[in-house]
Amino acid sequence: MAKRTNQPTTGAEPAGRDLSSENPQELQQYYAQMLLLRRFEERTSEMYTKAKIGGYCHLNLGEEATIVGLMAALTPADYIFTNYREHGYIIARGVAPGPVMAELFGKETGVSRGRGGSMHLFDATAHFMGGYAIVGGQLPLATGAAYALKYQGKPGVVVCQMGDATTNIGAWHESLNLAALWDLPVIFLVVNNGYGMGTTVDEGAAEPDLYKRGCAFRMHGERVDGTDVLAMRDATRRLRERAEQEKKPAILEAVSFRFRGHSVIDSDRYRDPEAVKQGRNANDPLPHFAHQLVLAGVVDDAWLKATASRIDQEVQEAIDFAEHSPNPKIEDLFDYMYATPVPNTPGRAEAAIIAQNAQGGR
Amino acid sequence: MAIMTYRQALNDTLGEELARDSNVVLMGEEIGKFQGSYRITEGLQSEFGKHRVVDTPIAEEGFVGLAVGAAMLGMRPIVEIMTINFILVAIDQIVNHASKIHYMFGGQVRVPLVIRTPSGGVGQLAATHSQSFENWFAYCPGLKVVAPATPYDVKGLMRSAVRDDDPVIFIESLALYDTKGEVPRDEDYTLPIGVAEVKRAGTDVTVVSYSRMTVVALQVAQNLAQEGISVEVVDLRSLRPLDRTTIIESVKKTNRAVVLEEDWYSYGIGAEIAATIQEGAFDYLDAPVLRVAGVEVPLPYAAKLSQASKPGAPDLIRAIKRVLEGGKQWPK
Ligand SMILES: Cc1ncc(C[n+]2csc(CCOP(=O)(O)OP(=O)(O)O)c2C)c(N)n1
Ligand SMILES: [Mg+2]
Repeated sequence: MAKRTNQPTTGAEPAGRDLSSENPQELQQYYAQMLLLRRFEERTSEMYTKAKIGGYCHLNLGEEATIVGLMAALTPADYIFTNYREHGYIIARGVAPGPVMAELFGKETGVSRGRGGSMHLFDATAHFMGGYAIVGGQLPLATGAAYALKYQGKPGVVVCQMGDATTNIGAWHESLNLAALWDLPVIFLVVNNGYGMGTTVDEGAAEPDLYKRGCAFRMHGERVDGTDVLAMRDATRRLRERAEQEKKPAILEAVSFRFRGHSVIDSDRYRDPEAVKQGRNANDPLPHFAHQLVLAGVVDDAWLKATASRIDQEVQEAIDFAEHSPNPKIEDLFDYMYATPVPNTPGRAEAAIIAQNAQGGR
Repeated sequence: MAIMTYRQALNDTLGEELARDSNVVLMGEEIGKFQGSYRITEGLQSEFGKHRVVDTPIAEEGFVGLAVGAAMLGMRPIVEIMTINFILVAIDQIVNHASKIHYMFGGQVRVPLVIRTPSGGVGQLAATHSQSFENWFAYCPGLKVVAPATPYDVKGLMRSAVRDDDPVIFIESLALYDTKGEVPRDEDYTLPIGVAEVKRAGTDVTVVSYSRMTVVALQVAQNLAQEGISVEVVDLRSLRPLDRTTIIESVKKTNRAVVLEEDWYSYGIGAEIAATIQEGAFDYLDAPVLRVAGVEVPLPYAAKLSQASKPGAPDLIRAIKRVLEGGKQWPK
């Protein structure tokens, strides 16, 4: 399979592009971050098969450039809401891989204290406002966060990430209408990896050019090559600026290729293995970007090698951290139930009884 | 004490809370220019402006979720759902999001949100416009659900709900909006969420109820007193958390209980109360706990059918007499 047929409306430069206006250190950083996400996800998949991780687990493999490009354009004031395929987003936003892996392991040191798991990562300080596992659930929330920024006169914008298939759910239409109607600073980032589980974009969307789906709300939309980190960064920057200054929401559709099944346990039988292999090769953001950097003299083979082993080490440390972290205590089962304490609701005493019963082998 | 209607108590409290905290906003359909479908928000938009009293499009999922997201960033929205029948299209944002965000993310973010909505039937509003769905929300850990019966309780519970850092579902009643009662003038007056009240003390039988059905129960209690029957009325006030202790203590004293509820009979609030009583006061019971509830049909329009399907005072009186006889007869 050649490059995905959905041609971007912006970005997408061939190899050998002119990088002279770029800061070489930033370019190196982008590459290193993309590699970190790649290795994190590969090791996550491995940990899943070793039963260290449970539940559903969705990987960002193939979406590294989308994520790193996005984060490169955001400021600390901005807020991010995502779907359940979000390990890479929270890491690229600056949260240490250790607590992220610990969350996948269900440990107390995890970013959501082991209460959320892979699909529900959160970090308040990073303004990473959560992974959401009900398709479309994050859209009204992100719209509301943008509402609050505007109401409170605060700087920053909200990025609301979702998958291609999420543009078919009601929450999409209601959220876009509200965001456009009330001029809210929110960017709806549609990560078009070609599939919602096994359903292709054209099988689910009457308007498969997803960036055009805002026209019903007179909302601007763009499509960008999601495997091109610089194109992604630049598109985000423009839309971010526009959202913050003019309070104009927008759709950014980032096209990429899903490397594996929908989740770790999906054997991907509905796709032709040969086509998937070709698609992966043609749309892998990492070698493509490395090649550009080498050609431009920003990195050399030795740097690439050293970076790879540094990152392998970093991911290994994250796994070790997760492995050696404590499990949440059953005695804490009802902690965080309510932010404002309320009578007649179970607490530590009840949790202690449950803990005792559990010891009896439940 | 001031005398005012349930509606006025709501309107006053919403106005006070808007004045007290600039992070409080009201949102909902037709609450501003139109003054509210049931005039609960009357006058508030002209007093506080369009940015504080926000008219929304008809998009319950969208604006409820928007309010949840705004609450996550420190606002304190109060959302009106025109009637509880329309809340179903927003239930994902309430049950899958608002109720879980604090817990699921390890206590890192709060959702200080109030969703207020009238429940229950009035007139001949028929099947889609007369329902009681409070049990759907009372079922869900992470939410707080209150259902006041009097203007007094409205004021105290609404103040607490707005100042609470968790999502609170505030159940009102169309049929109570014009009822009058005493309301404290004290500016510091609030009522704790999660605590029931014995609204009338009695010795022969406990009637457990909430919202409009508490008002019916109190009338019945007063009437039966003339026949020498002493009815204790427990008003739940909060459906989640449920004040089980107050219910159990009352039944331990009276040894008999009837639940009066406007929702459907099966799987309703009454089922929970009956289970609570048999768990907590089994040895004290002299008769089975009976439930007086809505007949299980999509409420028909025709006046006679509609009337026959809704629970009321005569049904309660029959049930009370039956438990006093120790009767084990299936009530419906
Ligand atoms: C409301 C809802 N319906 C169905 C599901 C099950 N489900 C989980 S992911 C998914 C596909 C979503 O695809 P897309 O939005 O393209 O995101 P991707 O997984 O490709 O990143 C489905 C149907 C769900 N989680 N929520
Ligand atoms: Mg997809």
